Amino acid sequence: MSALSQPTTASAEEVARFQAIADAWWDAEGKFKPLHQLNPPRLEFLRDIAAAHFGRDIAAPAPFAGLSLLDVGCGGGLLCEPLARLGFAVTGIDAGEKNVAVARLHAEQSGLAIDYRNATPEQLEGQFDVVMSMEVVEHVPDVDVFLAAAAARLKPGGLFFGATLNRTAKSYALAIIGAEYVLRWLPRGTHDWKKFLKPSEFAAALRRAGVTVAGFEGIRFDLVHDCWRRTDSLDVNYLLHGRKD
Amino acid sequence: MAMMDTDLQCDVLIVGGGLVGGPLACALAAHGVSVAVVDREAPETALAPAFDGRASAVALGPQRVLAGCGLWPAIAPLAAPIREIRVSDGASPLFLHYDHRVLGSDPFGWIVENRAIRQALSRRLPALPLARVLAPASIQALRREAGGVVATLNDGRSIGAALVVAADGRGSPVRAGAGIGLTKWEYGQTAIVCTVAHEKPHGDVAQEHFLPSGPFAILPLPGNRSSVVWTEKSALVPGIMAQDDAAFLAEMHERFGDFLGGLTLEGPRFAYPLSLQFAKAYTAPRLALVGDAAHGMHPVAGQGMNMGLRDVAALAEVLVQAKRLGLDLGNAAVLERYARWRRFDNLLMLGLTDAMVRLFSNDIAPVRLARDLGLAAVNRMPGLKKTFMRHAMGLVGELPRLMRGEAL
Ligand SMILES: Cc1cc2nc3c(=O)[nH]c(=O)nc-3n(C[C@H](O)[C@H](O)[C@H](O)COP(=O)(O)OP(=O)(O)OC[C@H]3O[C@@H](n4cnc5c(N)ncnc54)[C@H](O)[C@@H]3O)c2cc1C
Ligand SMILES: C[S@@+](CC[C@H](N)C(=O)[O-])C[C@H]1O[C@@H](n2cnc3c(N)ncnc32)[C@H](O)[C@@H]1O
Repeated sequence: MSALSQPTTASAEEVARFQAIADAWWDAEGKFKPLHQLNPPRLEFLRDIAAAHFGRDIAAPAPFAGLSLLDVGCGGGLLCEPLARLGFAVTGIDAGEKNVAVARLHAEQSGLAIDYRNATPEQLEGQFDVVMSMEVVEHVPDVDVFLAAAAARLKPGGLFFGATLNRTAKSYALAIIGAEYVLRWLPRGTHDWKKFLKPSEFAAALRRAGVTVAGFEGIRFDLVHDCWRRTDSLDVNYLLHGRKD
Repeated sequence: MAMMDTDLQCDVLIVGGGLVGGPLACALAAHGVSVAVVDREAPETALAPAFDGRASAVALGPQRVLAGCGLWPAIAPLAAPIREIRVSDGASPLFLHYDHRVLGSDPFGWIVENRAIRQALSRRLPALPLARVLAPASIQALRREAGGVVATLNDGRSIGAALVVAADGRGSPVRAGAGIGLTKWEYGQTAIVCTVAHEKPHGDVAQEHFLPSGPFAILPLPGNRSSVVWTEKSALVPGIMAQDDAAFLAEMHERFGDFLGGLTLEGPRFAYPLSLQFAKAYTAPRLALVGDAAHGMHPVAGQGMNMGLRDVAALAEVLVQAKRLGLDLGNAAVLERYARWRRFDNLLMLGLTDAMVRLFSNDIAPVRLARDLGLAAVNRMPGLKKTFMRHAMGLVGELPRLMRGEAL
């Protein structure tokens, strides 16, 4: 981790947890299955909000051509690849060197040009039309410092997207006991419930970073169809979008 | 994809551009998904009268699929509506009578000559910028890898895609090549198909007589013409087919009956051995099966292509949605959604057609009495009949948008 001799926004312990299973990023049935399953609803949310904001037609080829996007904590690039296919010029950064190596190799296999870097947001320069950070804030040591560094990479008027787990009794039951212990979807210890953020806390931290949250949406698991769907309830997994002033 | 060095790169490679693969190509290419269609037959060959003399009953739901694919305007002038269906059991006077007015003003469906559908395809596909047709051509090698699919054609050209769709019919070489097993049984019956002209108008009535050797169907075509599907014990078929036209017609007329007056034969006759078969899986990594490659059934209920068009509607919806989310179209979750959507519906129809064939293709007295009473009972129960009708029309279940007549 030479590039990260003194990481400020990343927790070495948390990042190590992801690095240890980095080979599994693209195994849709493997340890990252929940993230694969979450992809359709979170991409749909992002696409629809971005299309409305930038005035793009979602049925057009590469609807977001000409726009730049930064994915902070991109992991294996599960979101970077679809977003690149939708036309964004994507930069993906992750504190884990192995994660970035896996992401790079896979993008090459997929024939996609994505700029992957082993970095934390404060190590980056330049600004983007869209900055997103999905399922990352629950893994950082200091949410305020992290979001300030991420939001600094956003152009004024640009869009911010975030996703995390709410801190409720239900999320404790579902995400920790259910997903980690009962269903074994996630390796034990993946999440620390105390670090989950309530929507109001996420929004307040973003506000301090100069981003005004414009909306929230939840995602729930549909047991009948074995997939995740968008919902109004923010009880467990939720998404938000905001705009930099 | 990593194989930038292929001669042609597209989202979906469709092997087989027939009655199911062709509409799938149209549906995808019209909605932003690029396709390459490979068929071993040259388009001219497939349009020749001697290639396929069948006519298909197209139900309301699948008709909407053809409309959504942009094919119906070219088919409509050549389609005959079905406004009444009469089902009779041998010589028994008890019969089932369906009248479309029970469900509203739409006809039950249409009878369309397969050639009319192929003609519509041959006009529509070249007009779609996202569709490429490569025919005649065959697949020499097909590699399905982590990053995508690469096919090599017999002329040496290569095609790269995210997904390959097997629409190559009952014998599907693509299915076999993927090692997907098949459950299959023969009925010992063969369908003899021909077209006849008759003196009197058919009045838009489709008829099906259940004879001990198998069902005999008379399907109304435009004008005073009908398509005949005469199912016979396979052992007898070579003898029947070998007869000259006059002797063949005389034998057929006996089963056809006199209600439409004198008959004359139009065009060649065809024979199709009948079996039921279904693939053990609808998908494999970067592969999806549609139409007869996935499920082949007895034509007793005229449902084979209809089920294939339901596959088209479901797969097109899943793929177009995935494309608009930037997802990898060959990704397992995308394919699983398709398989889940279609597996049960197709098995239900396979089971229904199989039960009909077994129930009706015999002359054992108690079975006969039971089914006659059954038919008469169904006739007297409007609720049950309505359900049957709606199912046959393709209007039951969680319908894909194209089946509901909605845009993708
Ligand atoms: C007598 C009879 C009557 C029927 N009546 C009806 C009816 O009324 N209503 C109804 O809905 N259905 C009916 N069916 C069923 C219907 O015809 C089939 O379900 C339908 O044709 C299936 O279409 P398909 O495209 O899946 O397969 P096919 O029609 O078999 O087409 C397969 C295509 O793949 C191509 N191909 C094959 N192998 C290769 C290869 N190796 N490489 C490249 N291309 C290849 C072929 O050239 C062909 O174009 C009937 C069937 C029969 C036998
Ligand atoms: C749960 S994963 C989410 C991956 C991806 N965003 C997704 O949703 O598919 C969290 C990732 O954030 C990375 N990460 C944690 N803190 C980070 C930081 N401060 N900067 C960059 N990456 C970080 C971890 O290495 C890990 O790969």
